[in-house]
Amino acid sequence: MADFQTPEFREYPAVPNTLIPNATAHLSPFVAKPEHQEQLGFPGELVDNWEEKAIDKMGDLLGKYRSLRVYLDSCVKCGSCTDKCHYFQGTSDPKNMPVARQDLMRSVYRRYFTFAGKTLSKFGLGGIVGAREMNREVLDEWYSYFHQCSQCRRCSVFCPYGIDTAEISMAAREIMDHVGLGQKYCNEILGKLQKVGNNLGLPEPALKATLAEYGEEIEDDTGLPVRLPLDVKGADILLITPSADFFAEPHIDGLMGYAKVFHEAGVSWTLSSYASEAANFSMFIGSYSNMKICAERIRDAAIELGVKRIIVGECGHAWRVAYSFWNTVAGIGSGADENDVYAQKLQKQLDHSFKQPTHICEFTYDLIQKGKLRFNKAENDHRTVTFHDSCNVARGSRMGDWAGGQFDIPRAVIKACCNNYVDMDPDSIKEKTYCCGGGGGLLTDDLMEIRVKGALPRMEALKDVSDNKGVNTLAAICAICKAQFAKVLPYYNFPMSMLVSTHQLVGEALVMTGSEQEKELMEEEAEASEED
Amino acid sequence: MSVLYALLFYVAFVLLVGGVGFKIYQYWSTPAPLKIPTTPAPTTRGGVVFRIGREVVLFESLFKSNKWIWLFGYMFHVGLALVLIRHGRYFQEVGPLLKFLQPFGIYAGFAMVAGLLGLWARRILVERIRYITGPSDHLILALLVGIGASGLMMKFVKHTDIVAVKVFFQNMMQFNLGALSLPGDPVLMLHLFLVAVLMIIFPLSKLLHAPGIFFSPTRNQVDNPREKRHIAPWAAEMEK
Repeated sequence: MADFQTPEFREYPAVPNTLIPNATAHLSPFVAKPEHQEQLGFPGELVDNWEEKAIDKMGDLLGKYRSLRVYLDSCVKCGSCTDKCHYFQGTSDPKNMPVARQDLMRSVYRRYFTFAGKTLSKFGLGGIVGAREMNREVLDEWYSYFHQCSQCRRCSVFCPYGIDTAEISMAAREIMDHVGLGQKYCNEILGKLQKVGNNLGLPEPALKATLAEYGEEIEDDTGLPVRLPLDVKGADILLITPSADFFAEPHIDGLMGYAKVFHEAGVSWTLSSYASEAANFSMFIGSYSNMKICAERIRDAAIELGVKRIIVGECGHAWRVAYSFWNTVAGIGSGADENDVYAQKLQKQLDHSFKQPTHICEFTYDLIQKGKLRFNKAENDHRTVTFHDSCNVARGSRMGDWAGGQFDIPRAVIKACCNNYVDMDPDSIKEKTYCCGGGGGLLTDDLMEIRVKGALPRMEALKDVSDNKGVNTLAAICAICKAQFAKVLPYYNFPMSMLVSTHQLVGEALVMTGSEQEKELMEEEAEASEED
Repeated sequence: MSVLYALLFYVAFVLLVGGVGFKIYQYWSTPAPLKIPTTPAPTTRGGVVFRIGREVVLFESLFKSNKWIWLFGYMFHVGLALVLIRHGRYFQEVGPLLKFLQPFGIYAGFAMVAGLLGLWARRILVERIRYITGPSDHLILALLVGIGASGLMMKFVKHTDIVAVKVFFQNMMQFNLGALSLPGDPVLMLHLFLVAVLMIIFPLSKLLHAPGIFFSPTRNQVDNPREKRHIAPWAAEMEK
């Protein structure tokens, strides 16, 4: 175990913490090496005149992003957000209060981009309006605390002006990348994605072998020739899923759940070895250009394979990117202008009677609504399930046709295949959900301390339902949440086995036509009717 | 002195309108390249208008967050709004709306100052808010309390010649500089001076939250990224 203390559960519901200044000032992630930086078009190491370059880049972003401009101006320091961040709750470090985190950048903005800050600073009075020079101390603070934000947007729900700290931390990381100070974890992974096609750097042959193995596993279990096809030209559906689904637990069980649902629905589908990654960490580092490059792999694969429909697997930030940004950065969606040659190239090919892209939960939900899936809920009767709303799904995207579908649809899917379902504290779910603690590019071992501490509010809410409602299963719909919980649950004395993928629950209860499970059920039913 | 005050108000007015106008132009002309509404978000334009309306009129998000900040903030802003409407009587003939609001406007002055003092107390007493409070936050509160208190003084302690004040502003508005004459009341002078300062710092300070909220992409965007392609001009350049 590590050299830090897991936070103690507070009395529930918790009252705001007393401040411990600089409690996590020592935490910052490994710095990207020159090769990680350069492959993304950033300078390899901190450039000589970085102060000037950083201010220039900030000016550039202020002209490109209305959010940044408006949010740096508008904060009145009312304090509404101060107790809302899970990292603040877990660390008590005041710089983890959203407004204080923003102020790390706002102070520099005021110094270089506002009349009051520029003028007062000439007389050494910049402090009156909180203006600060850009210097090494400030940069180090940025590097530390902008990597203690998972960009979960919980603060933005409670801000009277909707100020979104994620926008600020993305901009800060983009600026740092541009002066040569990048984060190793995100930038290294993005390089692999852009070179090989997924975050793991898993090449086509390995992927093919893995998928074949899972197909066999399902066949052993169900007696049905379920396959996980790869690079099938002319398939109707392209599945884009986080690469963690190919190798990590419980992600794999989710992937097998999707395969069963596709098989039962009788649709033709495929994965792509060229675009074998839903994750797009470019969002975390605030890089529009890299986000576009990564998303274009998916666009290219879709065009190459000639698919009619794109479905996205269980992943939080990936669904935000897919739902909210794909249409913008790569034209993957609907409703492009007639003259928009770039977007029309793919959009002409897609079937717009479906949502493009579609979330796997939307796909399954739709089949359930149409009565096309049969479940034996008893398979999940040993479980009392609760659902963790992923921050990016909850506050950065939607499912279905109605606002809030992202909350209703996964719950409806779970309830369709489980008899025992309980929600956690209303202040910790849906739009008020807490981040798992590992989002936003923080899912790396060098940030283990902040990950464990940031998980505190979610773990407290889980403890509450586990103690009082008998919850023994935590269902997630995000690859990062799953990987984070798998690591963090033991720190809080929960068994790792309580964590499941949402489509794992689906896969376990699904009674596929012609399967062993169906035969068993029919026998049981026949016996039951004989007894009558 | 009267001419000096008139000049001060001309300058303050130009800086306020010009400054806020410039900031609004700047917000307007800066693109929002990505769809980032905080969801669940309205799926129609009308829904967005309703959402922003709730934020502006009811402070909905703040209410979700913290009832004390909401209460004091709401008292101050509603009080200020009523007081401002009531001050319309110095610039125009008193119509039915002003007549109706007159009694509320008087007490609104107290609500406004009480709200401000509540917010100020939080800045001192609540550790988290004390941490994020800077000198300018105290100064702006002092300015607003100063304006409110001096205004209340003239209403409830020592009346000033408001008819003369009205004549002053009407002459000012007609650029009738020769006829300018303000009552020589120090409380009035202070009140007017602080108001002019407030007008000048408005576009230079956090008071920009007032136009800012209308331009906040997390609040003013329609949630329809799958249905309609949204692209900023600088981003479209990358596709050429």
